[in-house]
Amino acid sequence: MIKITEKTIDVQKVIETASNLGAGAVNAFIGTVRNKAKDKNVVWLEYEAYEAMAVAEIRKIIDEAAHKWNLLGWAVSHRIGTLKPGEVAVVVAVSTAHRKESFEACQYIMDNVKAKTPIWKKEVFDDGEEWVDARPISNTKN
Amino acid sequence: MVMRYTLKTFGITRDILGGKEVVFEMDGGKVSELKSELMLRFPEMKTLNSLLIAVNNNYAEDDLIISEADEIALIPPVSGG
Repeated sequence: MIKITEKTIDVQKVIETASNLGAGAVNAFIGTVRNKAKDKNVVWLEYEAYEAMAVAEIRKIIDEAAHKWNLLGWAVSHRIGTLKPGEVAVVVAVSTAHRKESFEACQYIMDNVKAKTPIWKKEVFDDGEEWVDARPISNTKN
Repeated sequence: MVMRYTLKTFGITRDILGGKEVVFEMDGGKVSELKSELMLRFPEMKTLNSLLIAVNNNYAEDDLIISEADEIALIPPVSGG
């Protein structure tokens, strides 16, 4: 399951989707919104996605992971829209026969989702806003 | 030949170009030419850490030739997760 959603992510459901009776390990990464960035208070984050492409890119990442590890189940859900600190932004869950490969596969998928998937977030502070990583720090406009 | 490309914009590129979908006329060509033309007309684009172009939902190489029928999107540095 690959899902880009404006609704609150049901973490348990993502884990259940990734589960498999042949698996001895289910590994889930839950990414949440922090209340601080660059020593400033984050009021909320705005996430947006190029949805069709994001799904296609995540699909490629899963295919790569499936070549490296024997995935018995997997699920990725990424939130878009307005998120407050503490809310769940992303969940990656995989199941494998043993724990080592579940850790490795989960990390591989999450790292690549972060690096390659066309999803963007804007941090909204008390005194300004900023698209994350868009510019070098020195050029940052507030 | 002058081409009329429809560009989808995301993140900071939407702020810079000022619209979700922007019609962009230029002498038709390659992805690399689109990038240089964007930087020329919108110098702020040069301040980004990176700019990729997606064509029909795939990251495109610089020498890819684009047509008016292609779905073209500007991809500034991604920051999901």
